[in-house]
Amino acid sequence: MAKVLMKGNEAIGEAAIRAGCVHFFGYPITPQSEVPEYLSKRLPEVGGKYVQAESEVAASNMIYGSAGVGIRVLTTSSSPGISLMAEGLSYIAACSLPVVVVNIMRAGPGLGGILPAQGDYLQAVKGTGHGDFQLVVLAPASVQEAVNLVILAFELAEKYLTPVMVIGDGMIGQMMEPVEFPIEGVGPPLDPGDWALNGARGRDKRIINSLHLDPEYCNKINMDLKAKYDRIKKNEQRWELYNCEKPYDLLVCAFGMMSRICKTAIDELAQAGYRVGLFRPISVWPFPYATCKQAMQKAKRVLVLEMNMGQMVEDIQLAGQGTREIDFFGTAGGKVFSPDESKEKMLYSLKQAGAGKSRAGVSQPSSKSEGKPKKKKAAKTAGPAKKRKAR
Amino acid sequence: MKKIFASTEALVDRPTHYCPGCTHGVIHRIVAESIEELGLRERTVGIAPVGCAVLAYEYFNCDMFEASHGRAPAVATGAKRSRPDLILFTYQGDGDLASIGMGEIIHAANRGEKITVIFVNNAVYGMTGGQMAPTTMPGQYTTTSPYGRDVKDVGYPVRMAEIVATLTTPGFVARVSLHNPKETIRAKEIIKRAFAYQAAGTCFTFVECLSTCPTNWGLSPREAEKWLEEKMVPYYPLGVKKRPEDFQEEQHGAS
Amino acid sequence: MPKIEVNTERCKGCERCNDACPQQIIGMSDQLNNKGYKYAVVFDRPRCIGCRICAIICPDVAIEVYVEGTQYELFQY
Repeated sequence: MAKVLMKGNEAIGEAAIRAGCVHFFGYPITPQSEVPEYLSKRLPEVGGKYVQAESEVAASNMIYGSAGVGIRVLTTSSSPGISLMAEGLSYIAACSLPVVVVNIMRAGPGLGGILPAQGDYLQAVKGTGHGDFQLVVLAPASVQEAVNLVILAFELAEKYLTPVMVIGDGMIGQMMEPVEFPIEGVGPPLDPGDWALNGARGRDKRIINSLHLDPEYCNKINMDLKAKYDRIKKNEQRWELYNCEKPYDLLVCAFGMMSRICKTAIDELAQAGYRVGLFRPISVWPFPYATCKQAMQKAKRVLVLEMNMGQMVEDIQLAGQGTREIDFFGTAGGKVFSPDESKEKMLYSLKQAGAGKSRAGVSQPSSKSEGKPKKKKAAKTAGPAKKRKAR
Repeated sequence: MKKIFASTEALVDRPTHYCPGCTHGVIHRIVAESIEELGLRERTVGIAPVGCAVLAYEYFNCDMFEASHGRAPAVATGAKRSRPDLILFTYQGDGDLASIGMGEIIHAANRGEKITVIFVNNAVYGMTGGQMAPTTMPGQYTTTSPYGRDVKDVGYPVRMAEIVATLTTPGFVARVSLHNPKETIRAKEIIKRAFAYQAAGTCFTFVECLSTCPTNWGLSPREAEKWLEEKMVPYYPLGVKKRPEDFQEEQHGAS
Repeated sequence: MPKIEVNTERCKGCERCNDACPQQIIGMSDQLNNKGYKYAVVFDRPRCIGCRICAIICPDVAIEVYVEGTQYELFQY
């Protein structure tokens, strides 16, 4: 299929339709407003339904209702809106319903700003809402990958009956890139299985409920959820290793768009003879701890670069378990590291590690390798970004 | 012997947790009877609120959701827009609908969602132990208005039926009461009519039911009925507030 | 002749039916049911007119109404 040039937000909307999702409930917020704009036009064309909710709180409860009656459903928002959706997501997770939520992150805290940031990592990965629940969280680094991960998100949501979140920063939503949709037309509707509330015709009534006053039973519900999360941890870790085939002195860890900026910097440093590898988690939950640790062990030192004040670095520390020195540099408020700034931070860490230029002289950046739980449906990643394109 | 009154198939055969004399049980039965008599049970999905009726999902013999506090109209919107063939009703109390869920109910009504909202107004928060509600009467003693509701401090009780009826979008809005047999029979007629409108895909339907809470009012069931009639009914006038038949297309287009 | 049957274990003793009965033939038991409530009893059975009002206002679906022969439809429900 031919590639089309699309804005990230619009591509995300189209990806959902291709995955067979023709119901959307959401609320406009910069920098994701193009998703509801696009879908309000497209969904009527494919026999779907677009509803503009009165708030993100309502939107998260609308998707609860929609998923509950056995419909594949999407909502999208940006940071402050996701905070409001936390309520609905806790209920959805508790009731084991499949929904996909896209967070096009903007600067925070509070109203913050409308420029790109990655400040919702911990919210998405560790503490979205109240109670013991977990979102599956996927972090794309290009518009193409956003498309692929939205489609994958629906697959995972339905496979495990759990809410899945795709976190992209404002850049993913706002930039235009050529994309190819792996699915033609509109995917088939969701099979409602034996859990959907579609009318008690010739069967006993069903209840979708998260109130369990009996502590024994409520404990069991939590144990069942944990067992599901353990299965996801075992089966669904995804990552990318870049420039890691050959020996490297420094391992850079970054996710989302920040990883693309780092790749540009790594390529330039490789030209100058420095040996730097990149570890990028694609599934930030479940976090690929084992792979991250292996990659860290091969380096003298580790550098974490994020567009926040150090959120993923906690997971890198957990993975490394104190075996490597970890440097962290962060930027927030919508300020994005340029490749030059990233390079500067890498050179600092290389110096700290006592690593100079490789004796072999100029080395070419090597190819990337990706971690995939299964070969067939794993997310595809776009190639290295052109210099400074990501800016 | 012919049985001329018995429970309905749309109600699960089990005792409720409601206090003696609480009219929630009557409203449950009327809703269930309406669904059954209109032949809608097998395509009805109900939505229980947070509050005294939180366990309503145990009592109605149809598919049931449990929604978060105040969001039942949003859950109903998601379900109804996704599956317009289903019959959706929400069952909400005054804390749920008139306080935390004010935004959801107004916007569901304004979008004209083809759902039925059963709003139970007993002027108090029941489940949490008798705190002040937005519908608590002026001067009424509750556990958080120990000196009586001071309207200068917290304003006057909210008249939800009237508020919802002000919207331009066509709808069926009514207020009924359960304090005596006559009004109970009237309530049945209105609630059944609301479900019939929904089944025909006519409009948004909203029935406010004045209900007693003997326990938290500190009255016997008999005194509670009298209190409702004397204190609440004059402030919350009964009757149909809005009918879809009266709707006149307004010409305010922008395009 | 019409009659009502009270599910004594369902009854919570709220006495709403006592007041509502137009014939004033419903009272409360001397005994308690298993929940500890006095329950509704009809003390003058022959005077029951089968109007269903007691059942209609009962919050606990504890009353069933039966009729033999002519049923007077006093109101629509």
